[in-house]
Amino acid sequence: MREPRGGLWGGRGALLAAIPMLAIVAVPLIALASASSPSDIADGARHPLFAPALWLSARTTVASMALIVLAGTPLAWWLSRTSSRGARAAELLVDLPVVIPPAVMGIALLQTFGPHGLLGPALASLGINLPFTTAAVVAAQVVVSAPFYIQGAAAAFRRVDDDLLIVARTLGQSPMGAFFRVAVPLALPGMVAGAALSWARALGEFGATLFFAGNFTGSTQTMPLAIYTALESDTRVAVALALVLAAASVLLLVPLRALPSLLSRRLDRPSPAPQPHARPK
Amino acid sequence: MRWLARVRARAGSFEIDAAVAGDGAPVVLIGPNGAGKTTLLRVVSGGHPPLAGRISVGEHVLYDSDGGICLAPEERRIGYVPQGYGLFPHLTVLDNVAFGLAATRAGRSRDHRRTAAAALLREIDCEHLAGRLPATLSGGEKQRVALARALLSEPDLLLLDEPLAALDAATRRDMRGYLADHLAARGKPALVVTHDVRDVYALAAPAVHAMEGGVVVQSGSPADLAAQPASDFVREFFRSA
Repeated sequence: MREPRGGLWGGRGALLAAIPMLAIVAVPLIALASASSPSDIADGARHPLFAPALWLSARTTVASMALIVLAGTPLAWWLSRTSSRGARAAELLVDLPVVIPPAVMGIALLQTFGPHGLLGPALASLGINLPFTTAAVVAAQVVVSAPFYIQGAAAAFRRVDDDLLIVARTLGQSPMGAFFRVAVPLALPGMVAGAALSWARALGEFGATLFFAGNFTGSTQTMPLAIYTALESDTRVAVALALVLAAASVLLLVPLRALPSLLSRRLDRPSPAPQPHARPK
Repeated sequence: MRWLARVRARAGSFEIDAAVAGDGAPVVLIGPNGAGKTTLLRVVSGGHPPLAGRISVGEHVLYDSDGGICLAPEERRIGYVPQGYGLFPHLTVLDNVAFGLAATRAGRSRDHRRTAAAALLREIDCEHLAGRLPATLSGGEKQRVALARALLSEPDLLLLDEPLAALDAATRRDMRGYLADHLAARGKPALVVTHDVRDVYALAAPAVHAMEGGVVVQSGSPADLAAQPASDFVREFFRSA
């Protein structure tokens, strides 16, 4: 008798049971892809909402990612290296934006930086007014998408063996030297995966942005908000915008899936043995 | 050179309270799994903060809770080869060895470090491994490279955590001789954790410390421990000779 192709557990029954969920995910994407003709997409791309929204989304998500990586990496490192109760509490706190609806995060940001918020008046006296600006878009993206990077980076840092770090130190490295020369290279695949996931989340950010930054073309209207606006007037534009956004997300998904395994494969695969760099006399 | 480590430390809910000492010859640390041997090595290396005690190598005080001294690992002049050898998986053998030179010989260029590392690899007959990543090495090769890397920075005290445990029988026999020769030629202090009584005799260790449940239950010459074992573990350890 022939062995079933999927081994013991991947047979026809398992496939049948998997199909409904696969369909739920795939059908809307197929519908979106087939909804408009190339000329519709070209029309949509020429719409006045399109270019400013695309440019704004690109700028703000790049800024958000820079902030998240700069500020999130030290936090992820700390979370990975301590098992204190405070660290566990901090971990829960970091995870909260994942489970709290984005709209609620938007309100929370307004309560913080709004004219009657916790920090708003103090910042206003310094001439800084955050709500309904491009900076507010970035703030909303950072708050909702940072957890994805921090979780990914912390998990990757946790897999870095303590002994390797101790060895690096006994070989003369400072704490920073051990971090950048040993911990970061080893955690890089997980950090990249976390960053890609985080970027995708920032790109799709809608609720917190709408509440905290508003929906102004050119300054706060990102791609998701432009889709929302276009849907009220011209469905074709909405679909074109949606397709471009979906394409951008897919482009992020590719490195998300491929890059970490490429990076970590480098560590496992035998490499050709080059000659020593220089020959001493 | 006389060295001593008398420390109390906590790792999670586990506490160790141990005193070990030695001089120029290798000292062996034995004990069942979970006895605290690795924790003790990490404390001595500076990788795990102790609660109290004193660690010194010759005149060099590494840690003294009374004097408020606690040197960072990079200031201790200690070589540490952990279980699993601790080679950096993302660096080639050559760069692993050169890694130890990066900080000790300040101002020297990357080329100089690699030249010195290549020379050392040639000395230990591992020249052909220079461009390989650690994952592609055999256990014996990893151990040679790890030992070479640790010795290149000329540490005052060398810590080896079960250096031969992960090797197959034939390689272990070879490496045991290799290790004994290197440690004897070096003539500087070393603390070697092992589960194998043959290592005690091969290294010609003048002193053995037996650790159980976080404390040193017996210290003395191998002959003393074999003749009058203080615990079932020590008796069993020397009976396997």
